[in-house]
Amino acid sequence: MVGIVNYGAGNIFSLTAALDRLNVTYGMVNTENDLEKYSHIIIPGVGHAGAAMEKLKGTGLVEAIKKLTKPVLGICVGMQLITEHSEEGDAALLDIVPVKTKKFDKSLNIKIPHMGWNAVSPKNNSLFEGVEDNTQFYFVHSYFIEYNPTFDIASADYGLKFSAAVQKDNFYGVQFHPEKSGKAGELILKNFSNLSL
Amino acid sequence: MLSKRIIPCLDVKDGRTVKGVNFVDLRDAGDPVELAAQYAQQGADELVFLDITATHERRKTMIEMVKSVARQLNIPFTIGGGITEIADADALLNAGADKISINSAAVRNPKLIEDLAKTFGVQFVVLAVDTKHVNGKNMVHLNGGRLITELETENWIKQAENLGAGEILLTSMDHDGTKAGFDCGLLGKINQMINIPIIASGGAGNMEHFTEVFQKANVDAALAASVFHYGEILIPDLKQELKRNQIPVRILISPEPAVHSQESVFLK
Repeated sequence: MVGIVNYGAGNIFSLTAALDRLNVTYGMVNTENDLEKYSHIIIPGVGHAGAAMEKLKGTGLVEAIKKLTKPVLGICVGMQLITEHSEEGDAALLDIVPVKTKKFDKSLNIKIPHMGWNAVSPKNNSLFEGVEDNTQFYFVHSYFIEYNPTFDIASADYGLKFSAAVQKDNFYGVQFHPEKSGKAGELILKNFSNLSL
Repeated sequence: MLSKRIIPCLDVKDGRTVKGVNFVDLRDAGDPVELAAQYAQQGADELVFLDITATHERRKTMIEMVKSVARQLNIPFTIGGGITEIADADALLNAGADKISINSAAVRNPKLIEDLAKTFGVQFVVLAVDTKHVNGKNMVHLNGGRLITELETENWIKQAENLGAGEILLTSMDHDGTKAGFDCGLLGKINQMINIPIIASGGAGNMEHFTEVFQKANVDAALAASVFHYGEILIPDLKQELKRNQIPVRILISPEPAVHSQESVFLK
């Protein structure tokens, strides 16, 4: 059963709807004790990374999340939260995956936000099992996770190569929105819910 | 590479889609949920729902519809129509909408753009602009083109970008309904001025028009209503046509499973 960290950063209706469609059961994580109830944890999030971090701190869950050994998936801003720092609000984040979240540079002749369907190149990783190379996922973000071959499990290009997904131990993050990425996105959620470590 | 998006637009009144929609296997052509699922299955990249409800029950009806759509749909969608304050947008976000589109409310109160962007992020705020050529100038119009404003389209869009609009949906009222093609000149000009995505709207009549607007104006997305609803253009065919013309698009490898039907057939 998947626990969704409920810290008030963006709506989670679409995420729970996707889990419903996949017959994946879920519940909400509001307290540290709630983290024990679930086998898998999702950290959702949209909006401002710095503001989201403040909200997460407000729940008192930060230290407990960092100590988790069960599979954890950060989505979009939830993924950015597991990195060490974001240029958005110059915010120190959870620092679980030692990479940085940076702002897209419009001098690269790209529009910001990066909005729409972009091709993703996954590495051989359980989260992307069954996902073909260059499958497209739905992205909407102005900040990106720097590409680091040690933690990258799927990359994408937008003006530069960045990490569409990262992993360190039991912690996973995806920059795109699996709940909005058609069948391919649903496969990611399904794979995550089946992960065993 | 980022794909160019194809966006069907659905008009909704009292929670029901209006304007004849001609999918033969639809159980209920007025059901926005079933219709949305059909479009997702066909490979639409995103959907726009435009609420034209005029009653006081509007918000409640709309929220219920948005929730129903979000439960079924696995692609992003935008809700437009009647959003005048933060509370409207908040309710739609919590019901599962990915973006909201504002038009006349932003013209009357440009600060609304800024407030929405600060509250929900720029990615949530689409500014819809209806433009018409008047005496050599492009002027912003309201009420479906019936009411002219004092705003010049180029200036208004630039201002909106600065205020925090995350995307522009530009409809040429001169081209809308003509089926003679998009206003590539104006769209290209606006696209050069801004650094946020732009959706072209108004004038789509055939597949070549989509190729043209992506090649000439380099817009990020193209929106149409009747050519899709009446089955005059099938989205899988359109995507293949765009791909043949080296325009990056998202092609579904295998068809998405339909929610209600085994296969979908369009009435030509």
